[in-house]
Amino acid sequence: MFLKTVLLVVKKDFAIEVKSYEILSTTLFFAVTCVLIFSFAFVREAEPISKDMVPSGVLWIAVAFAGLLAIGRVFERERYSETMRALLLAPAPRPAIYLGKLVGVVLLLFATEALLVPMIALIFQAPLFRWAVPLSGLLVTGTIGFATVGTLFAAMLVRSRARDVMLPILLYPFTIPVLIGGVWGTAALLGDEPSVPVATMWTGLLAAYDVVFVTLALWTFEPLMTE
Amino acid sequence: MKKAFVPLLIVATLMFAYAPVMIAQAPFESTMFLLQKIMYFHVPSWFAMFAAVAISAIGGIWYIFTNDKRGDQLAVAGAEVAVMFGAMGLTTGPLWAYKAWGVAWQWDAKLTIALLLELTFIAYLLLRKYGGPGSDKLSAGVALFGLANVPFVYYAVQLWRTIHPLNTVVPSLPPGMREPFWFCVFGFLLLMTLLVAMRARLERLRTTLDDLYLADDES
Repeated sequence: MFLKTVLLVVKKDFAIEVKSYEILSTTLFFAVTCVLIFSFAFVREAEPISKDMVPSGVLWIAVAFAGLLAIGRVFERERYSETMRALLLAPAPRPAIYLGKLVGVVLLLFATEALLVPMIALIFQAPLFRWAVPLSGLLVTGTIGFATVGTLFAAMLVRSRARDVMLPILLYPFTIPVLIGGVWGTAALLGDEPSVPVATMWTGLLAAYDVVFVTLALWTFEPLMTE
Repeated sequence: MKKAFVPLLIVATLMFAYAPVMIAQAPFESTMFLLQKIMYFHVPSWFAMFAAVAISAIGGIWYIFTNDKRGDQLAVAGAEVAVMFGAMGLTTGPLWAYKAWGVAWQWDAKLTIALLLELTFIAYLLLRKYGGPGSDKLSAGVALFGLANVPFVYYAVQLWRTIHPLNTVVPSLPPGMREPFWFCVFGFLLLMTLLVAMRARLERLRTTLDDLYLADDES
């Protein structure tokens, strides 16, 4: 009886899955994106990076995962209480609504990072505070870049089915430049030969990314959110 | 397009039938010999992919700002064809690289962009398939953002050493190789155009059918 139930449940799940392959294709895709993210964080020219640089990869992957959770939750809350529609119906400029959401997410992530950075510095004995100013520059520009794309996609996914699985699938491929910039900018500050100019160069790239994507998001938010 | 479709299809068929002859007659490259012939397949498939990506992004922008369904149909068609040509490029690339460089994959700028664009458009198709209502607008945004992402990925990965041949290789191809190369490029671009046109037509018919069902339900 017990085994029969087990088999029946498995059979039922598979029967549903082979009709659409939804779970298989989305999880496989997510797995590939994860491989991509980890290879940018921990591999360089097909060689694993030196152990001094590990903390920077850990830091940025933590930011990416935490950011995903935060962005998802911020909009899930709106959806539960059906307030997203009310917000969109308000006689206010749409880009202002977007910007408000974005600033909220960014502040939340800053608060997380304020605790995350000391923790990583402690656990990995990484000299993260040696160059506090360039590091905060990287974190600020990187977080804004990550949240810009995330907030726009999450806002559009509110009405969509399968939003919990679609958000990471869409977000991670788009934020690869942020991840590369953040990881290698931070890595330049660690290690035997720390270099502030290299970190500044990466901050510049991240700032350019922010400018382009904030502009694009403000420009497209209004037409994209119209039903 | 409707009138030109059949003649163009015939031209494309003839081009693809003649292409192997041209490739076989092309001179051998001095270091890679026979191996280098994969170029006539590999590079044109990337040409076709980038053209399809551009079509998809333009269709997306058209749809976002005018709400015209035709833009959306073009965007879906472009995205699907882009994924197909991208898969061809991503299969032939590592095969060539494994023999020429000794490694199948390198994280250099071109390979990374190619992989990311492919992933972006697979995400696009997944979104279309499983996203439910409203995903047509969102996917148009995905195509647009995907295109905007390219220069950043390129610049970010450029800072790593790159072993991929530079873009200057194409104009400097020796005469015997240049003709078959451009012949193949145009053959692939023609095939891409035909596929996009066919797929867009299919999408248009599907929308019409959906509208008819809706009208039938209401009456």
